[in-house]
Amino acid sequence: MIKVNGEMLEIAEGTTVAAFLKAHGYPDKMIAVECNGAIVPRSTWEEAILKNGDTVEVVRFVGGG
Amino acid sequence: MAEIILNGRSVKTEAADMAELKQQTYDREGLSEETQKQCVWIVEGFQTDENLPLKDGMTINWIQKGKMPNREEMESMLCARHTPHVYEKAKKARVAIAGLGGLGSNIAIMLARTGIGHLHLIDFDIVEPSNLNRQQYMVEHLGMYKTEALKDELQRMNPYVEVQIDTVRITEENCRDLFKEDDIICEAFDKPDVKAMLTEQILCYYPEKTLICGSGMAGYGPSNTIRTRKINDHFYICGDGVSGAMPGRGLMAPRVTICAAHEANMVLRCVLGLDADDIDI
Repeated sequence: MIKVNGEMLEIAEGTTVAAFLKAHGYPDKMIAVECNGAIVPRSTWEEAILKNGDTVEVVRFVGGG
Repeated sequence: MAEIILNGRSVKTEAADMAELKQQTYDREGLSEETQKQCVWIVEGFQTDENLPLKDGMTINWIQKGKMPNREEMESMLCARHTPHVYEKAKKARVAIAGLGGLGSNIAIMLARTGIGHLHLIDFDIVEPSNLNRQQYMVEHLGMYKTEALKDELQRMNPYVEVQIDTVRITEENCRDLFKEDDIICEAFDKPDVKAMLTEQILCYYPEKTLICGSGMAGYGPSNTIRTRKINDHFYICGDGVSGAMPGRGLMAPRVTICAAHEANMVLRCVLGLDADDIDI
């Protein structure tokens, strides 16, 4: 189980950040991902693997300013 | 005899109350009755004509309306209008504003008025007519770089705030260098991918700095859905999180300004060591 934006989710072992984001339909250019309080740079999404107990925050931005 | 702080200076006075202090001051300055009527008195951060008794340690400011104060008087007046310890901290703060549109121009003005000592304004664009529906520019600024137009406006509000400008487009490549000297960074861009890029870069390179972002303030939805959300100790997002700008839902002054005020107030709270929801009134 991992916690994403406060919600508990089941994930398969070895799921990468990139795979998780794709599976959940996040618009990849408009988000920033934090795992256990540290940013996960976009360049590492393909390799970064989510582990049981991780707390993930996917910050999604909408346009306007 | 009371020892008070009058226009930023510690003075001993024989005056027992405000009426006596005013009279002494007017006599000393040789002010005519007409000029005396143009004077504003601020006692402990509050403008009042009440004849309060003087006590040791009271902070009192007075100024002649319409007269340009010098730096010391100006600072003292600003300080008098805030709670005193607030101004001391605000003055030392260094805040960057990334993007000077509806969010950024409003944030900058609020922070300058609050007495934030150093503002770093960054934008590559010029002022155009469509900006005037929500951005703090004037018709005479059309065609000027936003950095230069806003610097000019801020200095007209508070000539003693330090304003540093960088007229560049913020990219992954220049982020690290641009924000080196700033303690707090306000993200105030328009495009969501650039918001995400800046967030990633700042949190990656400068996890010790504080980042305050804006997301979701288009349209004329409820004011009360715009809030400040804490992501971690150094990262806050203001907005409703969902109302993106799109055809049929434009950016309008009220909600954009509300969101800008959330960002500016969060800056002030960080400067004072408060979290998004701490209560300390």
